[in-house]
Amino acid sequence: MNTETTTGESEQPIRVLLAKPTHDVHDRGVRLVARRFRDYGFEVVFTNFLLAHEIVDTAIEEDVDVIGVSISAGGQIPIFEDLFAGLKEHDLEDITVIGGGVIPYDDEETLKAMGVKAIFGPGTSAEEARDMIERELNNEAEA
Amino acid sequence: MRKRTRGADYYRQHLLAGERVALARAITAVENDSADARAVFKVINGQVGRAHVIGFTGAPGAGKSSLVNSFTHEMRKRNNSVGVIAVDPSSPFTGGAILGDRIRMSDHGGDDGVFVRSLASRGHLGGLSRATARVVDIMDAAGKDVIIVETVGTGQSEVEIMEIAQTVVVVCAPGLGDEIQAVKAGILEIANILVVNKFDLPHAERTARHLKDAVELGPQRDWPVPIMNTIATDGEGIAELADMMDRHYQSIDQSERENAAVRRMRKLVATAAARQLNAWLDRPGADALDALCEAVLRGEMEMEEAGAKALDLAANRSGGADRP
Repeated sequence: MNTETTTGESEQPIRVLLAKPTHDVHDRGVRLVARRFRDYGFEVVFTNFLLAHEIVDTAIEEDVDVIGVSISAGGQIPIFEDLFAGLKEHDLEDITVIGGGVIPYDDEETLKAMGVKAIFGPGTSAEEARDMIERELNNEAEA
Repeated sequence: MRKRTRGADYYRQHLLAGERVALARAITAVENDSADARAVFKVINGQVGRAHVIGFTGAPGAGKSSLVNSFTHEMRKRNNSVGVIAVDPSSPFTGGAILGDRIRMSDHGGDDGVFVRSLASRGHLGGLSRATARVVDIMDAAGKDVIIVETVGTGQSEVEIMEIAQTVVVVCAPGLGDEIQAVKAGILEIANILVVNKFDLPHAERTARHLKDAVELGPQRDWPVPIMNTIATDGEGIAELADMMDRHYQSIDQSERENAAVRRMRKLVATAAARQLNAWLDRPGADALDALCEAVLRGEMEMEEAGAKALDLAANRSGGADRP
């Protein structure tokens, strides 16, 4: 039998962790994004409210390609600082990190300097996030 | 690049030492059937068969995830390291999935003795994903004492878990079905332990009684299936459930445990063969298969006969467009 037809083709769905920090109960948006991402064919690990180190632990165990953190109640700077520190500790800086929710424009530069690849605030769509994620992961694959 | 190939040495050094990052990567490699999958199998070969594998199955909403959470807690108290595999369904239309079992399993953050992994079913029926059996082996090789497999919320025929787990727990809850549901064949028959969860809800006693009747009317077995009452969210009945798991594990003798591994491998090999056969028969340009199909459609051949002829074709590897 010819091998192309006999091996199970290697399927690699994009795995995304969507999380919210513990103090922030505004989860309407992130639930919607989870649903949309599922419809785009992503495997979405959905959690309840987590501390930054719990987000890192979850990302490790689930071996995700992308972490999306939705923040609508402030505190974004220390949360992302802790998150990147944890990723660095485990040598996982190759995970794509994105933000969402309501994050003040004034903080965007700071967050991007930390390593946040994109921030999807009010008025953006899940589709934009999908396109960005697919572009980012394709670039990595070619790098 | 994230999904780079790491090779057998990496897994031998880090996976067998039980390191979380390596364990997670090994699971992904096997799940995706990527270049590293072979390296992982090579490394875990001969390192499995030590863990107690426990399956939790039952209807959606019966409380499987909550029960797994509190049971994991109990296992930690008893100094067991725990691996949890939680399977959720993939969308048959897009292939996407929302893996939400962790929502009820968040009590173990920061505990290195617990490793939770969510798997999407990826089109596989039967309550598990195609790779689940091998993910169990990987966790076993990584040194987990107890491995818990939570199936997708099942109906009445998702019985595949019995091929994988040594102890199968079927989780029921009051108000999900009457006694007719309880006596239907399938999922109840695979139970080694029956649990009535949410025992604080109305009619819980009645549900337990119906299950007891169904079990007593069934075939007599060496292991009489006990019915345990739990309230997962309060931890009620969990210690008793853990004791019962131990008793069940002790009741399985060593040869039976080894047989189970062989049985599981037979199943895996048979499934792999069937998948390859299906792909080969169903490939584009398989003229000989088309001819058989047309013969059946015209009423000139019985389905079974056509199936047998298709098998002959595969065995001789002839009659296809991609003949060498």
